[in-house]
Amino acid sequence: MKLLALETSAETASVALLTGDRLLHREGGTPGTHARFVLGWVETLLEEGGCALAEIDGIAFSAGPGSFTGLRLAVSVAQGLAVAADLPLIAVPTLHALAFGRGDGLHLCCMDARMSEVYSQACEVRGDAVIARSEVRVGAPGDLSPPPGEPAQWQACGSGFALPATQSLHWLPTLAGIDASAAPHARDVARLGARLLDAGQTVDAALAAPLYIRDKVAQTTAERLAAGGRA
Amino acid sequence: MRRMWILGIESSCDETGLALYHDQRGLVAHAVHSQIDLHQAYGGVVPELASRDHVRRIVPLYRQVLADAGIVAADIDAVAYTAGPGLAGALLVGAAFAESVALALGRPAIPIHHLEGHLLSPLLSADPPAYPFVALLVSGGHTQLMRVSAVGEYEMLGETLDDAAGEAFDKTAKLLGLPYPGGPALAALAQQGTPGRVKLPRPMLNSGDLDFSFSGLKTAVLNAVNKGLDEAGRADLAAEFQEAVVDVLVGKSLAALRQTRLKQLVVAGGVGANRRLRERLDLELAQRKGRVFYPELALCTDNGAMIAFAGAQRLAAGLAHPADAHEIAVRPRWPLDTL
Repeated sequence: MKLLALETSAETASVALLTGDRLLHREGGTPGTHARFVLGWVETLLEEGGCALAEIDGIAFSAGPGSFTGLRLAVSVAQGLAVAADLPLIAVPTLHALAFGRGDGLHLCCMDARMSEVYSQACEVRGDAVIARSEVRVGAPGDLSPPPGEPAQWQACGSGFALPATQSLHWLPTLAGIDASAAPHARDVARLGARLLDAGQTVDAALAAPLYIRDKVAQTTAERLAAGGRA
Repeated sequence: MRRMWILGIESSCDETGLALYHDQRGLVAHAVHSQIDLHQAYGGVVPELASRDHVRRIVPLYRQVLADAGIVAADIDAVAYTAGPGLAGALLVGAAFAESVALALGRPAIPIHHLEGHLLSPLLSADPPAYPFVALLVSGGHTQLMRVSAVGEYEMLGETLDDAAGEAFDKTAKLLGLPYPGGPALAALAQQGTPGRVKLPRPMLNSGDLDFSFSGLKTAVLNAVNKGLDEAGRADLAAEFQEAVVDVLVGKSLAALRQTRLKQLVVAGGVGANRRLRERLDLELAQRKGRVFYPELALCTDNGAMIAFAGAQRLAAGLAHPADAHEIAVRPRWPLDTL
């Protein structure tokens, strides 16, 4: 199987090319600069892997949640490549990729969502599968729920745990460990994507969409007026 | 020269537009999705919602224009897209999609200035102007007068110092309690009123240069509204407002033609669809043995056709500049005269 994977949801961007057992990848950049590198990396990796885009079986993208602009970058690039090369797309949930990168076990994933909120989900990694143990949520870091079951079996990971409001959660010390530097990476998007592609879980380019989670982004005129604001 | 298909992609604000231009057959297919309904409840364009909608619309529109033209992806010879100016997040969707299609096909991607698309759009009509001409770009985001000598050769003659004319229309419409987008609603209300009953200023009409200012006009409208208006008064105010904007746009356009000693005026941008503006310009230019050119009505608002066309013109003139190493770069602020 040959699969291209894109991850631009967080601070560092990455692109990976999976060809059989071989995994090539590039990563780097800072927030706001991902758009400058991503396609160049795609081209470099295809050259390095000695494979044309037409030989790829599918394109996996890190669907979210994460930076809105970052999520759209990955989806738009995936859509453009897919329609031109007639390839299926695979939407990989970003927090699943984050958990997968930590290896087998129970992972409480939490990413900084800006605006004083975090995205979170409890995930179990077993072999090459990720099983969601809770819904994806967005909310105040102080409202983060402890993972289900025995806390000492869980590892905490993700940028959300670098926030003071998360660090002061009383139950956090009962977890087995915390790695706030853990971040989603395209190599994990590729491995999870390959499994989804095998299972036939692809999405047509027209229906590929970011998983924003935070959906209320503006107030309507009526809502502003009701809140005592101006039209 | 071999025949060429140029795909054009526009996503700078609240319209997703895709089109296919053929260098011998002309504009063969174009499709636009307007987000007006999406933003209506918010009283204006919400950038994040605009960006989200572009992602939803771009692939179906792409497939539609290819099907309409009866071609497949591999037939595309170049991909032109709006790289700026506009909303950063909205631009990024079109730019990322366009650069990716181009990479996948091994074809050049051509970043296009949105206003270049508008000002060249009258050249897509059956009876186009010839270079050189004066272009009045007038929309919700821009009010500028340019001298256009050739593709890529644009000299800024004057521009608005504050609000764009279309923005003044929308804001005035809001003050009069008209629904978003206010421009067309205001023009409709103006038809029922009589200009001159309420007096509004003609800002900078006699400033001696070719610049514009519309924010004072909006303040004058606010003062008139605050004094209280009945239904007839609202219509009269709308009529006077429209007349004031049209007076200024016509006056400055004529001055630009005098200054450049040119006889052809091209009007582009959404406000170029305003009927009163067209009547007045047609009349004034006819009296001066000049001529005014408009894009087809469907091409007055944002669209992919003008971007495809600008891309084709740039390719033909050797002025297409593909991004380095497939960099997806957008320029939310990008002065046209720096091209």
